[in-house]
Amino acid sequence: MQTFGQQLINGLSLGSIYALLALGYTMVYGIIKLINFAHGDIYMLGAFWGYYVINQLHFNFIWAMLSAIVFCAILGVIIEYFAYRPLRHSPRITALITAIGVSFLLENGMTYLFTANTRSFPQVIKTVTYHLGGLRISNIQLLILGTACLLMLLLELIIKRTKMGRAMRAVSVDPEAAQLVGINLNHTISFTFALGSAMAGAAGVLIGLYYNSIDPLMGMTPGIKAFVAAVIGGIGSVPGASVGGFLIGLLETGVQAIGLSAYKDAVVYFVLIVILLVLPAGIFGKKTKEKV
Amino acid sequence: MLSVKDLVVNYGAIQAIKKVNFEIHTGEIVTLIGANGAGKSTILHTISGIMRPVSGQVTYLDRQIQRVAAPKIVQAGISQVPEGRHIFPGLSVQENLQMGAFLRKDRRNIAQAYEDVYNYFPVLKQRRHQDAATLSGGEQQMLAMGRALMAKPKLMLLDEPSMGLAPIFINEIFDIIRAINAAGTTVLLIEQNANKALSIANRGYVLASGEIKLSGTGQELLANTAVQKAYLGG
Repeated sequence: MQTFGQQLINGLSLGSIYALLALGYTMVYGIIKLINFAHGDIYMLGAFWGYYVINQLHFNFIWAMLSAIVFCAILGVIIEYFAYRPLRHSPRITALITAIGVSFLLENGMTYLFTANTRSFPQVIKTVTYHLGGLRISNIQLLILGTACLLMLLLELIIKRTKMGRAMRAVSVDPEAAQLVGINLNHTISFTFALGSAMAGAAGVLIGLYYNSIDPLMGMTPGIKAFVAAVIGGIGSVPGASVGGFLIGLLETGVQAIGLSAYKDAVVYFVLIVILLVLPAGIFGKKTKEKV
Repeated sequence: MLSVKDLVVNYGAIQAIKKVNFEIHTGEIVTLIGANGAGKSTILHTISGIMRPVSGQVTYLDRQIQRVAAPKIVQAGISQVPEGRHIFPGLSVQENLQMGAFLRKDRRNIAQAYEDVYNYFPVLKQRRHQDAATLSGGEQQMLAMGRALMAKPKLMLLDEPSMGLAPIFINEIFDIIRAINAAGTTVLLIEQNANKALSIANRGYVLASGEIKLSGTGQELLANTAVQKAYLGG
């Protein structure tokens, strides 16, 4: 029971990072039907940004986090503008391959500039471990969970309550009708990339604190896992991405707990295959029906 | 109010519209009738700024708008009710209407706009908290029209409002189009149901293969033997 509780805590902390990343995948997919494979690399850049501002500019955690959010949001908008916007009317596969290209560019560009070495992320917050009835929770874990939940709540409010949020929902269900009521497609798409990338930037700083190490290829595996999380939740569904992220986190720590650490990645992909076979629309995916 | 001059529009590699000319005066109901594929929707999409013409002009209130982006067209007072309704599923009826007022800044008058829409379509008021996707086809048509009205258009473009509807709904929709027009909105109506469209229109144009073949008042076209043969089943 104790191990179970412990793994639950570890799984939720890791899961909230996947959830933040999965949200970016699902929102971008929802709006332009593109799997943005460069999304994991934005998370890497967020971590590097955090590393530099903490080390060089002596930012505290809050400022490192906020500046990483802003930095990644801008980066997301720039990437969309230069890489995906010119392909708006091309076949979907063209944009998909471009996304993979952008991912390679960011990974190798960063390797070229900063070498492939792993760097240790500055411990801007001193780790304190609390003991609660046999369970160990660190302040970092609480911080990750709290920040992630706060950001998800904020995102939900933006999508549900703001004008831009309504525009996003309208564009995702019917871009043509959205234009006919006066919604600017380009602005809405840029805004979506900004929101998704902001979440990835926050996740990057949080993972830096959690695992203490960053490198230019750190975005690959979490990126793919977050993509799996988005698919499990139902790609295009915002609550689905959050739930999917937590599920993947729990699954991964659970598998490690029963002594199958070597298979922790394989299990995630296995679950993806199973979900695609039995529930292709994901947990929260909608089965769309058209009315005549 | 709106005039279209020598308009040429391509749809992919096909020239869908070949030098079309027509005009709409303030306060009129003008109809464009024609068979499927004649290019009717292409013309509406060009006016709405979703498609760009190869050549020709669209002049609205003394301003050329053929290169103006869709949101600016809505802002200028032209709203389209697209073919197939295109309501937003997953959003409630009321949220759909709210989207129609997306560009409006005059918050106070928006409350009045809801009232106006609910007066035209009382059923929408009953169903205002329902997911728009659960509405019947006729109700969805009403919602699409209500959404366009929320922008307070000077000119309303209607694309096949009767398509796929039961006769009882068709009559209701046409009555409301007349009422909207009587309340001061100019209407451009695209229809395959030529009989209905011509009977409420001040003037009409017959479009075939991307060209205007005939024009006249609604009554003239209804009486025209060629029109009767081709579009009225006569």
